[in-house]
Amino acid sequence: MEKLSEETLMIQCAEAIVEIKDGFVYKRRIEKRYRVKEIDERIRRERTKSEAKIISEARRKGVPTPIIFDITDYELVMERIEGDLAREVINDAISERIGEFVGILHKNSIIHSDLTTSNIIVSTDNIIYFIDFGLSFIESSTEAKGVDVHVFFQSLRGTHESYEQLKRSFIKGYRRTFPNASHVLKRVKEIERRGRYVERK
Amino acid sequence: MTLILGLEGTAWNLSVAVVSEERVIYEAESTYKPEYGGIHPREAAQHHASELKNVVSRALRGAEGEGFSLEEIAAIAFSQGPGMGPCLRTVATAARALSIYLKIPLIGVNHCIAHIEIGRWQCGTKDPVVLYVSGANSQVLAYRFGRYRILGETLDIGIGNALDKFARYLRLSHPGGPKIEELASKGTKYVYMPYVVKGMDLSFSGLTTAAKDALDLHQHKKEDICHSFQETGFAMLTEVTERAMAHCCKDEMLLAGGVGANRRLQQMLKTMCHDRGARFYVPEAKYLKDNGAMIAYLGLLMLKSGDTTPIEKSAVNPNYRPDEVEVTWRDVE
Ligand SMILES: Nc1ncnc2c1ncn2[C@@H]1O[C@H](COP(=O)(O)OP(=O)(O)O)[C@@H](O)[C@H]1O
Ligand SMILES: [Mg+2]
Repeated sequence: MEKLSEETLMIQCAEAIVEIKDGFVYKRRIEKRYRVKEIDERIRRERTKSEAKIISEARRKGVPTPIIFDITDYELVMERIEGDLAREVINDAISERIGEFVGILHKNSIIHSDLTTSNIIVSTDNIIYFIDFGLSFIESSTEAKGVDVHVFFQSLRGTHESYEQLKRSFIKGYRRTFPNASHVLKRVKEIERRGRYVERK
Repeated sequence: MTLILGLEGTAWNLSVAVVSEERVIYEAESTYKPEYGGIHPREAAQHHASELKNVVSRALRGAEGEGFSLEEIAAIAFSQGPGMGPCLRTVATAARALSIYLKIPLIGVNHCIAHIEIGRWQCGTKDPVVLYVSGANSQVLAYRFGRYRILGETLDIGIGNALDKFARYLRLSHPGGPKIEELASKGTKYVYMPYVVKGMDLSFSGLTTAAKDALDLHQHKKEDICHSFQETGFAMLTEVTERAMAHCCKDEMLLAGGVGANRRLQQMLKTMCHDRGARFYVPEAKYLKDNGAMIAYLGLLMLKSGDTTPIEKSAVNPNYRPDEVEVTWRDVE
């Protein structure tokens, strides 16, 4: 039977409102009253553009991301990925594949910046998609990659009991696709010692 | 009653205070004023050395004047870092001498955490995300698992130093921040400045360069440049603070550090908090700048949890990071 109107889902975070409707995802960066209009509009426009660019760039390098259908000043319209957040379904095999894809991102100097299991979707046809490139940037430094991986480990630690095993699987995948993995993983240990960055949701 | 004597002298303000559990009893200070340019660490340290005796005795006499006896002083607290090496060493030496002479414990405190704790005390905020902005530092912190964690920070210079650097370029006298604020309030036109936020980190060095160019190459009015400088730098700080609040699910925020006295920065943060249904806290100006009361107060908290510093562990640390400190005086959440 045909569904006449699908439910609309709205999610609000620090800088955007995400609306899921009719198979599309609308991500709109909202106005911030605390900053002058000149800055506010520039930043929202630049970030929207940059997110679209990096989402497409990641896909070109072989990392599954939603297709961007439209981009206006402050809004992205993209493909809706049907599936579950990695947070709900992660296991060793999935963690290893996540590691492979993050390895590809890093090989290409793409820093995601918010790698959590809530920003990864395992689709109904079992493909691992990366979303939310709102904070992403291009940088080749070991430190940036180390922080990226560290943030992911923190997100695992906060939400998954089998954290240690998931971490090992991730590392296996990460090493497979990224020749410089050892350097970065060494830096991750150092960052952990420094105690920087709290774990994220 | 338990009293603590606190000594602060990490930069240009030498400040000594006596604090009890109930209130700040007496504060005395002496400020080093460079004749030209910025702070010269060695000169500042010489200033502190020659003023220490005088400032300490003013604080002690002040406390006596309030009806307290010096016998009630239970410990000497001092800033162990971060700060300028020569200044830190001068004040630490005095603190050690006092501790030995009075036969009471010594407590080395982290200057940044002292800013946070006096803010929590004065404002009555329980568990805020903290924006700490001073000359050398710009950090966003939150308490998590027994430590103050740094969620984001500047990748190069602190916002205060960026402001001071540009102020010197405009030939304004030290400290330049308040003078820039004054000029900025008369600016109306926004001039392009680089807005650099990387994840949760920030960079301010490009601001100073852009401001100089706006003045020399493009001949913009200095009021407009100061306005644009503040608007850009403060918006970056506010954005990162908001992101930290969203990440940690905290609905209180506390402003700390000398740059916190800037009214435009306060206003931006207040607006941000208001729009997300959070509460904004800022202590009185005298507790935003470097002060002995915050050192004494953190010393008091540490003394109560048995956290004192043996002489052999009292060496100063100019790069002392707040997340190196195990917080013994708060509940592990
Ligand atoms: N392309 C998409 N397909 C399906 N769900 C999505 C998609 N993009 C976002 N979402 C959902 O919206 C949530 C928030 O989107 P996200 O891009 O991560 O923005 P935010 O910056 O708010 O975290 C995600 O956790 C996910 O549940
Ligand atoms: Mg997200």
